[in-house]
Amino acid sequence: MSKKLIELNNISKSYGSHIVLDEFDLYIKENEFVTLLGPSGCGKTTTLRIIGGFETPDTGNVLFDGTDITNMPPNKRQLNTVFQKYALFTHMNIEDNIAFGLKIKGKSDKYIRDKIEYALRLVNLEGFGKRMPDSLSGGQQQRVAIARAIVNEPKVLLLDEPLGALDLKLRQDMQYELIRLKEELGITFVYVTHDQEEALTMSDTIVVMNQGYIQQIGTPEDIYNEPENAFVADFIGDSNIIDGIMLQDELVMFLGAKFACVDTGFGTNKPVDVVIRPEDVILTPPERGVINGVVTHLIFKGVHYEMEVKAGGYEWLVHSTTMFPVGAEVGIQVDPFNIQIMNKPASEDEEAVPLEE
Amino acid sequence: MKNRNNLKFMAGPYMVWAIGFILIPLFIMFYFGLTDKNGMTSLANVLSIATPEHSKALSLSISLAVAATVICLLLGYPLAAILAHMKNSSGVIIFVFILPMWMNFLLRTLAWQTLLEKTGVINTALSALHLPTINIINTSHAIVLGMVYNFLPFMVLPLYNSLTKIDENVINAAADLGANAFQTFFKIILPLTVPGIMSGITMVFVPSLTTFVISKLLGGSKILLIGNVIEEQFTQAANWHLGSGLSIILMVFIVINMLITAIFDRDREGSLL
Repeated sequence: MSKKLIELNNISKSYGSHIVLDEFDLYIKENEFVTLLGPSGCGKTTTLRIIGGFETPDTGNVLFDGTDITNMPPNKRQLNTVFQKYALFTHMNIEDNIAFGLKIKGKSDKYIRDKIEYALRLVNLEGFGKRMPDSLSGGQQQRVAIARAIVNEPKVLLLDEPLGALDLKLRQDMQYELIRLKEELGITFVYVTHDQEEALTMSDTIVVMNQGYIQQIGTPEDIYNEPENAFVADFIGDSNIIDGIMLQDELVMFLGAKFACVDTGFGTNKPVDVVIRPEDVILTPPERGVINGVVTHLIFKGVHYEMEVKAGGYEWLVHSTTMFPVGAEVGIQVDPFNIQIMNKPASEDEEAVPLEE
Repeated sequence: MKNRNNLKFMAGPYMVWAIGFILIPLFIMFYFGLTDKNGMTSLANVLSIATPEHSKALSLSISLAVAATVICLLLGYPLAAILAHMKNSSGVIIFVFILPMWMNFLLRTLAWQTLLEKTGVINTALSALHLPTINIINTSHAIVLGMVYNFLPFMVLPLYNSLTKIDENVINAAADLGANAFQTFFKIILPLTVPGIMSGITMVFVPSLTTFVISKLLGGSKILLIGNVIEEQFTQAANWHLGSGLSIILMVFIVINMLITAIFDRDREGSLL
């Protein structure tokens, strides 16, 4: 187990009457790729800005390598940030942008020259040193912003939705670039995004946030396969979230039918949320289904077909490589280990909110 | 494109305006400036700038305009920075600062005359409080004061525009990379506001250089700026040739100033013109 590098203890932050973070605790381990994931307004960017020193929390403290840095100004902190929309210095060429931090620290010309060359090579921008930021594409500017941050050899790199302004193909390329950089540099990345695919692709650990609270912390696999509540299930990928009753261990009833599952310890006759991923719904001929329904929508998505099936009074979302035409009678089956049982949310805050994407 | 041609007539009134009130007067000025009373081509009017009287007026004009511009920049930059930092109330505050701009320029200058006179408002108040009076009316100081008062908003606005255009994260990025407030200002903020600075300088320097009203009202008849000399040639001496000749000289200075501005402000982003 590597040691804790950053600790956030009991952080609260509000703007006026709007509470952004409420008694927030989080630690980030050395050499970890941590992603703060959540819808806009969930407090993820505020958390990053508190770590970077651009916001001061109302209560609580921030520890960096065991030292309290809560009130330390950003220019004294041993971490660097890659900002949303890059925030390059438009009056300087690429070299001067990259050299900015090193010149402030009074490094020698030779050291700075070597570092610029190294950084440009690292982000595949050799030969761009004399260009001005305005003459570069979005993806190139993004890589300059990363180069400008990493030449300072920070212990932690903070990234605030760095790929948000790029188109899909470029974003995917940059995701691989970032993973490669992380491997090469061996530093801790704290990454903020609202894009769940991005989070699943790159992270060692994902922190799912909503309305200033942490909903779940875990590996991408944990978060995807074992969401702890309906919000996480809904936010991470598509899900069928159905009201159900846990009749006894390993048996759940929903939509009027009994399904075998693998969850235990919920008690008997307990109301629960049942989460089933669309790719885990198995469509069968009607006579073999646990419940039966009718296909109402069909879209070809390339890798799979996306279908909506009306069954038991619920619109099931189904991803399948087998196509059933609209109007077809189908049966639905789910393997027991693909049924995820969750307690109903205890408080309003954890209630799954519809997302506008 | 046929459509576009059909719409060209819309520009007609402006063409008439530009020709009638800009190009023709300019041509007339050059004609008078480069001829003598007999209609013969002559450089005498232009060269008369070399006479001690005229060159003194020009150099005084330039030094007062430079002084007013520097004072406006020193006052205007912090003011613009404060305004740019205020997020919610800035509308009201800017309104307060811009408000005097809506009042007539002559009125504002005349008001300063009333304030500064030997027995004016300020001195009456000062002597009532048994404080020493100030006697700056009819001096260069009063003229510079008038220039600063009248033209300060023209300095503040372009500076405010260029300051608000700086992304907050660019300043955060400088801090993030280790720069303290002082370094951030000189390495980031100041260079990024150069277009605004150059635009503000032009907006203050050019009207200050060419004014004759401020110097007349606040400088008395003793202090002659180049603007006053030119005015006299038209209104009292009725020597349009000399007046036009000196105007050409003044225009050269303005063009030089605008060329310098254009070099610094390639994107014309700070421009209000």
